[in-house]
Amino acid sequence: MANTYQLKRADFIFRNENDWEEVLQKAISRTPKELINELISSELKGRGGAGFPTGLKWKLTAESESDVKYVICNADEGEPGTFKDREILSKVPFKVLTAMAVCGYVIGAKEGYIYLRGEYFFLKPELKKAIDEFEYYCKEVKLDFKIRIFMGSGAYICGEETALFESMEGKRGEPRNKPPFPTQCGYMGKPTVINNVETLAHTYTIFKYGAKRFYDLGVQYSRGSKLFSVSGDTPKPGIYELELGMSLADFVEEFGDGDTKAVQVGGASGFLVPRKRFQETAIGFQGRLTGISLPTGGSMMLFNSSRSMFNVLDNYLEFFREESCGQCTPCRVGCQQLLNGIKAVKRGEKNARYLDKLLRLAETMQITAKCGLGQSVANSFSSIVENFREEMIY
Amino acid sequence: MNPVSELIKNLADQYGRSRENLLPILQGVVEQEKYLSEYSMVEIARELDLPASEVFGTATFYSFLEHKKMGKYIIRVCKTITCSMKGKNQILLAIEDMLKITVGETTPDGTFSLLQTNCLGWCHKAPAMLVNNDVYTELTPEKVREILSLYINQKQKGE
Repeated sequence: MANTYQLKRADFIFRNENDWEEVLQKAISRTPKELINELISSELKGRGGAGFPTGLKWKLTAESESDVKYVICNADEGEPGTFKDREILSKVPFKVLTAMAVCGYVIGAKEGYIYLRGEYFFLKPELKKAIDEFEYYCKEVKLDFKIRIFMGSGAYICGEETALFESMEGKRGEPRNKPPFPTQCGYMGKPTVINNVETLAHTYTIFKYGAKRFYDLGVQYSRGSKLFSVSGDTPKPGIYELELGMSLADFVEEFGDGDTKAVQVGGASGFLVPRKRFQETAIGFQGRLTGISLPTGGSMMLFNSSRSMFNVLDNYLEFFREESCGQCTPCRVGCQQLLNGIKAVKRGEKNARYLDKLLRLAETMQITAKCGLGQSVANSFSSIVENFREEMIY
Repeated sequence: MNPVSELIKNLADQYGRSRENLLPILQGVVEQEKYLSEYSMVEIARELDLPASEVFGTATFYSFLEHKKMGKYIIRVCKTITCSMKGKNQILLAIEDMLKITVGETTPDGTFSLLQTNCLGWCHKAPAMLVNNDVYTELTPEKVREILSLYINQKQKGE
């Protein structure tokens, strides 16, 4: 196998650097255009899972005309198996704050928000302290930028960007239709940059070391490093920064317990990869590497042969059924029916062919659901049912 | 003035009375009262000049905004995949056995409520739970009994 797809560790995000004041000053002494070009040439893509090019997002928002714009840091980390954002906000909050202020400078926003999930309430006091110190410094360098924390209240769907805006506007967290996109019409109908916590932390690296340093990591179409949240049946669960583009086989060799049966890449809304496909699967955003290539918000859950994939799928579907906002029918009813359906097959009330009907229902949800939640249920459902059909039946 | 009405008025003064301040106000009431009563929701609607149905609709969307009377300490045990794989059920059994309540119930003295919740973001240290805003990870039945004893002692000292 080519060297390109090997597992390589990186150390940028958590590197202890006390130079945010310098990085901020250096960044705001450059023109917004230069900073946008730096981001675009780094090929940084959003680290929340969807993988939208960050530089382009900033550019489009900068070009939108409005007196009021917003920068929002999405810290509503709710995907099962993901816990990296909490670690970033507790260990290197100043990197995120600096990145937000630089973004504000680039797009012309004076206000930033951190949408922090309710489950991470304990982070708030320390984060507030960091913000106070940061804002004090902003005043000193005459940068007009304020950051506030907005607390979530236990709704997974609010991690979806437009649902997050609705929530901040005091409404039910129900996703909006797109377009218009947040770059034109986001929070309070104003142009908004909304970035994942980790994405912002990477922009800090790029502004500090230059785009090339970042671009040199990873592989084509998937540049840079990424934090991976490793959990499940592994001797070393935790958070690891790795270069993108590694093969899943190498990943399992490093993190598996010698008996890994399958890996869930990208959390409950991602894909389950069975052992026979480890070799041909690479972790990255797009483009064909050795075989299939999977985007990921960084959640990697390992399962060994003691685990029943029926129980795993049952757990995911219960999660989705509860977290579906209920706004659109394919998702609201689809999640319930998929869960009822696999249970009926397992109990023998429906025959095995019923699974094919359920697969078609999942496909329909993928096409017709309004937002990423309903659309992505099919990812885990189909990959589990197709690869472990026998476990679903008996 | 009713203490809840006063709390709501203070929160509205602090955050503002426009729609985008609704969530912080709801959260403020839940922090004090542990839940949103019908009375609180109507009061909030009046204070913000919103239809009560809008306040109710918003409040009931969020799983951390309870609208049923809750105990002083709300225990939320994570039930999502990794916690479930790593022994969440034993943790629940230990709690149910110790407090003599089942999931969804509150102890008769109003000290604890037991709930399950979705992913808390501690999958690498599963199983995990929240007691109000405090996080406890890598739980075992013994550990969870010790933790709850601390809360029981704290409550007794406080009284």
